Amino acid sequence: MSAFWTLLKRDLLLQVREGGAVGTALGFYLVVVAMMPLGLGPDLNLLSRIAPGVLWIALLLAALLSLPRIFEADDEDGSLEVIATGDLPLELATAAKALAHWISTGIPLALLAPILGLLLNLDIAAYPVLVATMLVGTPAISFLGLVGAALTLRARRGGLLLALLVLPLYIPTLIFGIAAISAATGGPSGFQASFLILAAISLFSLVIGPVAAAAAIRFQTQ
Amino acid sequence: MMDLGPHAAFIWASYAIYAVVLAGVIGWLVWDGARLKARLSDLEARGVSRRSRAAKEN
Amino acid sequence: MTQTNTVPQQSLTQKLANPTRFMQLSAKLMPWMAGAAVALILYALYLVFFVAPDDYQQGQTVKIMYIHVPAAWLGMMGYALIAISSFGYLVFRHPLADVSSKAAAPLGAAFAFLALATGSLWGKPMWGTYWVWDARLTSMLILLFLYFGLMALRSAIDDEALAGKLCAVLGLVGVTILPIIKFSVDWWNTLHQPASVIRMDGPTIHSDLLWPLVVSAIGFSLLFFALHMKGMRNEILRRRLRSLTMAEVDRARSVSAPAAAE
Repeated sequence: MSAFWTLLKRDLLLQVREGGAVGTALGFYLVVVAMMPLGLGPDLNLLSRIAPGVLWIALLLAALLSLPRIFEADDEDGSLEVIATGDLPLELATAAKALAHWISTGIPLALLAPILGLLLNLDIAAYPVLVATMLVGTPAISFLGLVGAALTLRARRGGLLLALLVLPLYIPTLIFGIAAISAATGGPSGFQASFLILAAISLFSLVIGPVAAAAAIRFQTQ
Repeated sequence: MMDLGPHAAFIWASYAIYAVVLAGVIGWLVWDGARLKARLSDLEARGVSRRSRAAKEN
Repeated sequence: MTQTNTVPQQSLTQKLANPTRFMQLSAKLMPWMAGAAVALILYALYLVFFVAPDDYQQGQTVKIMYIHVPAAWLGMMGYALIAISSFGYLVFRHPLADVSSKAAAPLGAAFAFLALATGSLWGKPMWGTYWVWDARLTSMLILLFLYFGLMALRSAIDDEALAGKLCAVLGLVGVTILPIIKFSVDWWNTLHQPASVIRMDGPTIHSDLLWPLVVSAIGFSLLFFALHMKGMRNEILRRRLRSLTMAEVDRARSVSAPAAAE
């Protein structure tokens, strides 16, 4: 298992040293959220009603931006073949990559969300539950996005195709994230149920993501 | 023909869309098949035969 | 013990694994399926327009149901067919499974689109708007996105064998997540339940209304399988054509190379 941690540490170091990647995702997130009122009008109570949805959808798109880089750098310099044929099972290797993406992109985006919530006049009670749902929901985004990144590694127009493939898979996470937030701020259904289902979806994607991504990578590295 | 009631337009529209899309799919499949057969027979005419048949001959 | 050298009985799928046998078999089977499909569809149309009574509530517009419901079923069945083919291709390495999956995608997408188009045309007189975020329509829309994803991935990868394998992976991932998507859309729909939604097919369909629906469903299913078979035949011809032209290119190159080498 030490190989798993070294791979994880390596990827995290790469992200931090490169720095730019996380910055662009956060910057994109800020710009998309800031543009919403420009499009929808400055009416504060409208904005506060749609704030969770806007914050979540913008987060999905921002996370999507940084997915192709999970495998691209390794594929170009051939280290993906080394990882694929290494002693660490490929499923664990891809899981380490997704975990690195979640730590380096998912968490910062989730922590930035409350600040952007101010722009959208988000209801005060919603702040803690917003961050909670995002922290619990973003693993699904990284691990399901992992599959998209692996599938479109060698495809033409890979980035665009990645969005088309992966966004439908994000729908359950989006729906239950928003359901949990609206439940916590006086919505119809119970908060407990939505939050637990959101967590279940993330756990589910912890399994599906690496297995499917490893299969896809194996086909491309033999 | 028969009275389809106030919403006849919607009934005809949905059947029309059905006909158009299915005709498109069937047309494409038939045309694609014919085109492929033609090019295959053209290649065969020029003596490019499939391995199994070639193996049988010599 | 007597030495019986009987050929082990091949299952149907193993028999069909050989493309040439599939071509012979489908050549015989396809005209019958197409003929039966056309006959059943015409019979269903006759029933719908001349025999079936009007729905007490929706009047004539229930006639749209007779083609909307089969389209929705075939849209879903198409994706199930892709999932089975993907499983057969990845696990059993069945050579024709990839061909079947590639042929089924556009058909399934066409029927899913038809389900949405007729659904929205049916929604206008019934619910007053062309698009209602009803759970079923929304799930069908998402299914259509999954179809587009499959077709886009297939066309974006040049290496044909790799494209087949990756589409099989995507197909299997899609089919495992589809129930979760369906569940979440239903949950989402009950959260924002619009005031009154007239149930499309009602608690129980009166037998007079049901019989044409069954005939139409069988007719369109046969049509789907006939078109799927035709699509597979085309795909086999396309692959044969490609291997022949490849062989032609190699032969041409080998002929010219020695001449250049002298």
